[in-house]
Amino acid sequence: MSVNEESLQATSHRRTWRDVDLRAVAPFAALALLLIVGAIVNPNFISINNLANVATRSAFIAIIAVGATFVISAGDLDLSVGSMVAFVASLMILFMNCGVIADPALMLTAAIAFAVAAGAACGLANGLITTVGRIEPFIATLGTMGIYRGLTTWLSQGGAITLREPEIQELYRPAYFGSILGVPVPIAIILAVTAVAAFILYRTRYGRHVVAVGSNSDVARYSGIAVNRVRTIAFVIQGLCVAIAVLLYVPRLGSTSATTGILWELQAITAVVVGGTALKGGAGRVWGTICGAFILELVGNIMLLSNFISEYLIGAMQGAIIIIAMLVQRSLVRKS
Amino acid sequence: MRKGLMGIAAVAVMALTSVAHAEEKKVTIGVSIPAADHGWTAGVVFHAERVAKQLMEQHPGLNVIVKTSPDPASQANAVQDLETQGIDALVILPTDPDPLVNAIKEVKGNGKFVALVDRAPSVNDNSVRDLYVAGNNPALGQVAGEYIKATTPEAKVVVIRGLPIPIDQQRQDGFDQGIAGSKVEILDRQYGNWNRDDAFKVMQDYLTKYPQIDVVWCQDDDMAVGVLQAIEQAKRTDIQYVVAGAGSKEMIKKVMDGDKMIPVDVLYPPAMVGTALEMTVANFYGQVPVRGTYTIDATLVTKDNAKDFYFPDSPF
Repeated sequence: MSVNEESLQATSHRRTWRDVDLRAVAPFAALALLLIVGAIVNPNFISINNLANVATRSAFIAIIAVGATFVISAGDLDLSVGSMVAFVASLMILFMNCGVIADPALMLTAAIAFAVAAGAACGLANGLITTVGRIEPFIATLGTMGIYRGLTTWLSQGGAITLREPEIQELYRPAYFGSILGVPVPIAIILAVTAVAAFILYRTRYGRHVVAVGSNSDVARYSGIAVNRVRTIAFVIQGLCVAIAVLLYVPRLGSTSATTGILWELQAITAVVVGGTALKGGAGRVWGTICGAFILELVGNIMLLSNFISEYLIGAMQGAIIIIAMLVQRSLVRKS
Repeated sequence: MRKGLMGIAAVAVMALTSVAHAEEKKVTIGVSIPAADHGWTAGVVFHAERVAKQLMEQHPGLNVIVKTSPDPASQANAVQDLETQGIDALVILPTDPDPLVNAIKEVKGNGKFVALVDRAPSVNDNSVRDLYVAGNNPALGQVAGEYIKATTPEAKVVVIRGLPIPIDQQRQDGFDQGIAGSKVEILDRQYGNWNRDDAFKVMQDYLTKYPQIDVVWCQDDDMAVGVLQAIEQAKRTDIQYVVAGAGSKEMIKKVMDGDKMIPVDVLYPPAMVGTALEMTVANFYGQVPVRGTYTIDATLVTKDNAKDFYFPDSPF
């Protein structure tokens, strides 16, 4: 708590010369507010165990949303990510079940490489359809959303695809349930992915091109930026992020079904927007995005831990809290 | 000589069977079911095809056409297509019964035999169908409740519900009846959307919220997968067992193997489409009365009878 207040104070010192910082801090203020509400609702809420659970659970949406930050900053939209998770995860499990490599460790390594390649290929397909095919990203990815989902249903014959090798399962389980120096692995991976993404977006030429294309693609084109290449690469980054989310998803339940990842695309987009990235493109906030993903997961957790909210009203309450979180952010930004 | 005799015998057999073929009446049955979009419907498709194949082998004059549809609109078209193929009977498990009631009535009005499976429209009488084969949703809850009452009479139970639709409510009401008059206490009820990932989250939060949970009732085998994983992760030993339902091969296998966490399963079998198909065929070939309502029990699957409900080849 105090950390957050300190950072708020720190930014208030600087706000005279830079109001951008306050905007970046706004999602964290909303998060702090939620933590207080949660602690009042149920004392168990603030326990390390519960917060670690929630942070770990938010890993899938957070990592996907980091990729979505690139796509949205470049002025595009990717609706296919939820289906893509199901599709890439199914392919990965089927690959491990086919048993071409006898050694479990080697097999797992190959499967990880395979999943990353599959994710990148799915992202590349989205990018090429959007840029070379010159189809609105909303429609292009709505199409691939159906394709990836349909292929998953077909691969699983409507049922579930389950990892069969108990040895690989044993070897792979720590990727979700294990921890490094007391930090659950998925949380460590969120931080690593976000740090890399922040570096790319804020510190490299490519990152600046993404923002330039997103704010005005015509101006970017006249300035000599290869707009289509920048957009396509953003979709590939999205695909890679989906693949990383899959690498964490598969060890959790060891199986996928036709309902895996349904509506995750909307959660990812919500996380990006709650995190302070504009849906119209031209500005990206990677750290805000993972804060947004955490807020979304936290809202569900608080609802469930509370004793006074009817299970029938949870959806309505979640919607209301997201809007309130956005209003808190807006009011902070306006004050600056 | 011997060859000659055998030849004569072979001809005789062939003649006999061809007579039998000629006598076997020609019947075409259309089966319209939802597309396999989750575990249970995948089971429906599997069993429809399995029983259709089996029946066509038994009755050479029988032709069964199985069609799957993803939504009510395309299922209405599928029913029309089946009718133009000259069916004598329709076996239908509607994706959503009310929007399809007119399409079904149309077939019935043309004098065909109609068997309706599982999902009934608001008006479900003999103007719509001849035979209604149904699973028993209240009993699915009641059987689970009665088992918990008998096994652990003072259990603290957490409940994971499906989606907010009538079927789910019927199961909850049945469960309440099942535990009525006992000291079984329900700590909480939350929606898990019949989805593994959501059930995992809900169970994780239950484990945070309640220091002592004896039994989990999650009414669905898919959700049980997430529940078991959450319990294992928390390393909690207070939970004695989990009661799920439907009859997926994964959970039936656990019951068969004597898994302590899954001692029983409550049946809501996708194979009921096969029951309807068998009864429809009996109407034509067996000349037995089948019109009416046939409700399938929510059988309690235990270690002793589990092998009767185990289909290792099914996707569900």
